[in-house]
Amino acid sequence: MNKDIAIKVCAGTGGVASGGEEVLSAFRNSISSAGLEATIYEKCSAHRVGCRGFCAKDVLVDVIINGEKTTYKHIKPDMVARIFDEHIMKGNPVTEWIVGEAYFNFHNKQTKVVLSHCGEIDPEDINAYIAVGGYKAAKKAFASMSPEEIVDVVKSSNLRGRGGAGFPTGIKWELGLRIESDIKYVICNGDEGDPGAFMDRSVMEGDPHAVIEGMIICAKATGSHHGYIYVRAEYPLAVKRLQMAIDQCKQSGFLGNNIFGTDFGFDLKIFQGAGAFVCGEATALMRSIEGKRGMPTPKLWRSAEKGLWDKPTVLNNVETFANIPRIIMNGANWYRNLGTDRSGGTKVFSLSGKVKNTGLIEVPLGVTLRDIIFDIGGGIEGEKSFKALQTGGPSGGCIPAEFLDTEVDYESLAQVGSIMGSGGMVVLDETSCMVNTAKFFLEFTQAESCGKCTPCRIGTKRMLEILERITSGNGKEGDIELLEELGHHIRATSLCGLGMTAPNPVLSTLRYFRNEYESHIRDKKCPAAVCKDLITYSVLEEICNGCGACKRACPADAVRGKRKSPHRIDPEICIKCGTCFDACKFKAIIKI
Amino acid sequence: MVTLKIDGKKVTVRKLSTVLDAARKLDIPIPTLCHHPELSPFGGCRLCLIEIKGYPKPVASCTTFAKEGMEIITASPSLEKLRRTTLELILSDHPKDCMVCERAGDCKLQELAYFYGIRENRFEGERRIYTKKDNNPFVAREMEKCILCGQCVRICDEIQGVGAIDFAYRGLKTKICPPFEKDLDCEFCGQCVSVCPTGALTGKMWAHKGRQNFKEVETVCPYCGCGCNLTLHVWRNEVIRVSSKEDTINEGWLCAKGRFGYGFIHSPDRLAKPLIRTAPKEGVDLNKPQNSSRFTIHDSQFKEVSWDEALDYIAVKLKETKEKYGSDAVGGLSSARCTNEENYLFQKFIRAVIGTNNVDHCARY
Repeated sequence: MNKDIAIKVCAGTGGVASGGEEVLSAFRNSISSAGLEATIYEKCSAHRVGCRGFCAKDVLVDVIINGEKTTYKHIKPDMVARIFDEHIMKGNPVTEWIVGEAYFNFHNKQTKVVLSHCGEIDPEDINAYIAVGGYKAAKKAFASMSPEEIVDVVKSSNLRGRGGAGFPTGIKWELGLRIESDIKYVICNGDEGDPGAFMDRSVMEGDPHAVIEGMIICAKATGSHHGYIYVRAEYPLAVKRLQMAIDQCKQSGFLGNNIFGTDFGFDLKIFQGAGAFVCGEATALMRSIEGKRGMPTPKLWRSAEKGLWDKPTVLNNVETFANIPRIIMNGANWYRNLGTDRSGGTKVFSLSGKVKNTGLIEVPLGVTLRDIIFDIGGGIEGEKSFKALQTGGPSGGCIPAEFLDTEVDYESLAQVGSIMGSGGMVVLDETSCMVNTAKFFLEFTQAESCGKCTPCRIGTKRMLEILERITSGNGKEGDIELLEELGHHIRATSLCGLGMTAPNPVLSTLRYFRNEYESHIRDKKCPAAVCKDLITYSVLEEICNGCGACKRACPADAVRGKRKSPHRIDPEICIKCGTCFDACKFKAIIKI
Repeated sequence: MVTLKIDGKKVTVRKLSTVLDAARKLDIPIPTLCHHPELSPFGGCRLCLIEIKGYPKPVASCTTFAKEGMEIITASPSLEKLRRTTLELILSDHPKDCMVCERAGDCKLQELAYFYGIRENRFEGERRIYTKKDNNPFVAREMEKCILCGQCVRICDEIQGVGAIDFAYRGLKTKICPPFEKDLDCEFCGQCVSVCPTGALTGKMWAHKGRQNFKEVETVCPYCGCGCNLTLHVWRNEVIRVSSKEDTINEGWLCAKGRFGYGFIHSPDRLAKPLIRTAPKEGVDLNKPQNSSRFTIHDSQFKEVSWDEALDYIAVKLKETKEKYGSDAVGGLSSARCTNEENYLFQKFIRAVIGTNNVDHCARY
């Protein structure tokens, strides 16, 4: 038996949380106790790999025998023995644990560039990265490219800032190259703070070397010798793997003095952010590294002129840097052709909400929202109808069904009132209340305002208060107009991007779902039956058979009725928790 | 130099001037609450918004460099509307107790609310409420009145070099406080008080002493040789506040003594006339060692005299001592409270008139 066996266990944050490390050690134990490693004719190894995006099915395990890959889902440590015995030893895959069609639909319709290594290689091993062509691009840049040539390649690749604003990366680098200074900095922005977004996290955890390689190339292109990776301290695994990667690079001579044998030095440090959303804003991030409070400062100068400690600074997002090695290796044309005329390449999104397949996806810019939701996402969960897509995280907006054929790129999303942002996508269906959705995002942004400028600090709070009024049934005539005025005011007058975009969820839902606001205010009704203060639960007596499930489930003792006769809910006592609604198997409880 | 046009008027300013600087040069009023010419640009209050031809939306004039050929509009119906809404927002989180506020009549926010005629506020909502915890004798903080302009933070850091306070928390709960929200424990220079545009920071001893109709008396600080210019705010012949103006040698900055140390002026213990000691107090024998090496006014008997008498007396005694024991029997010690010129004259007097080098200055030890 001459087999080449590789076992890949997902060890992203999702995988680890589901027990990935235990699964991995179970495999390793099985391998060593079976003595496979010791047999000369057999090569068998078990690796941890980064997140492949489909976290709902974790722990995902690939078993690859002679190049033939079988993927298992929901693997627990106690399931390892059976897979090992039946599949690896005897060659019969455990069919009932193998992933279904959804897994392949989810993956096959994506174009993986940034995520191509995530789920394939061991992120904690530099040799695994080198084995798939890692650091070739950096070596090429150092051996045969001038800074101007690197900048030209990045410029013509049409790569734009993946942090959300979409500033052309090549132009930013060119500014950094042209300016003369004794010290220049390269900063990687890994302060991913949008609720529900984990694109950068997956890249930092699953392919940390790609980010570092991108930064090394940027250092060469701009003549910088000092770099920082700003990561949230809430991403401990990303911090750990980046630090391991930096240490390995230093040992290999890819970082430090005389990198790749040249006289060029580049020193890279990790700076852990303390968890303020606003520190994702470039100037606030730099103040934070300087040891000051993370508050945006007015942009009298571009960062490329005066950034960190008033020195020229090139700051890019994690995903932007991770794209760079691929662009250098495969050429600008290849990357540009992946995207649209205005923006090249692919973009990673985290797809979540009321969609069948949730997870991390990567698609070329220019695909339609419909493709993302219905092909990759597999459509809406539970046969409900699609209502809106919220993109761009708390700073983004809601896009209604009529714009589902919009092509994804910076400008087109802005045209329909949303933003690309860092790549959050939340699918909303008919059971989502748009007023409540807007309120949810505004709650986040108003609490995360740094407090420096008036419109953001007080304005967003006042908008939230109006929304709270509306969703609790106390909305007044004129509230919609007040929200609109305040929203436009905050957008026009705020100091930084956080404030300027904070009203987007409200303004976009007002634009497309104004009727929902109106029925909250005028009819005191929540059309999606979400806002607690505006709904009542009642029993349909003709359906209720008096099974008593609701009565037993009710935490407030609000359900009255004798066994086997229709029950009734006392509206005075009901706390509207919805437990009875979920408990009833006969759909005899309704909420209006 | 760059030349730009503001509201149709041409103005030439130095490079790296802001649009606000240029407008001020033309005497065009642009409302501001967070701007201070001596402090780093902040861009927080968003009242100084202006329109620049070719720019997609209004920008803050305090944080925009004036550029050659810029065409700027500082007042338009849409700008005024934005400013008014911003003011409404600030006022929605500000107590309405101007009637009893220490700074009424001298408050930038009150003045703007007056100019914009804001009587009703469309944005009433939650307001910050804080418990007071100031035990220091100098600075009274009413943080509900704070509009987070950050001038106190910047002056403490950039001018005074102390950094006793900074921003803390986020969102509406953002506040300015000492580390760990402790009580203020700094050098109490009161620079923060001097730049606060509202009643958030005031002098504790100012309270209920009067807000207007005081006489302003210009003088020089008696505490040290720096000679800072003071403006005494006098009401019914009593100094009730001390401030300093920006166009003075000290640029309006003062220290704790100059700003808050004026209590001695009206102290009953203060010496207001020269005194000559006539005899030790009864029962005190000067030949015996004393408990204290210093005689106080209570140990001796004094006679109140005029300045002429006192100076004559000193001249006679100095002459006698010099003749009898020689010049080196006399020594002179001058004070850091005197000006440079006074100190110069004093050493000249000791060296040239008395004839000794025994002259020194309190700042040396």
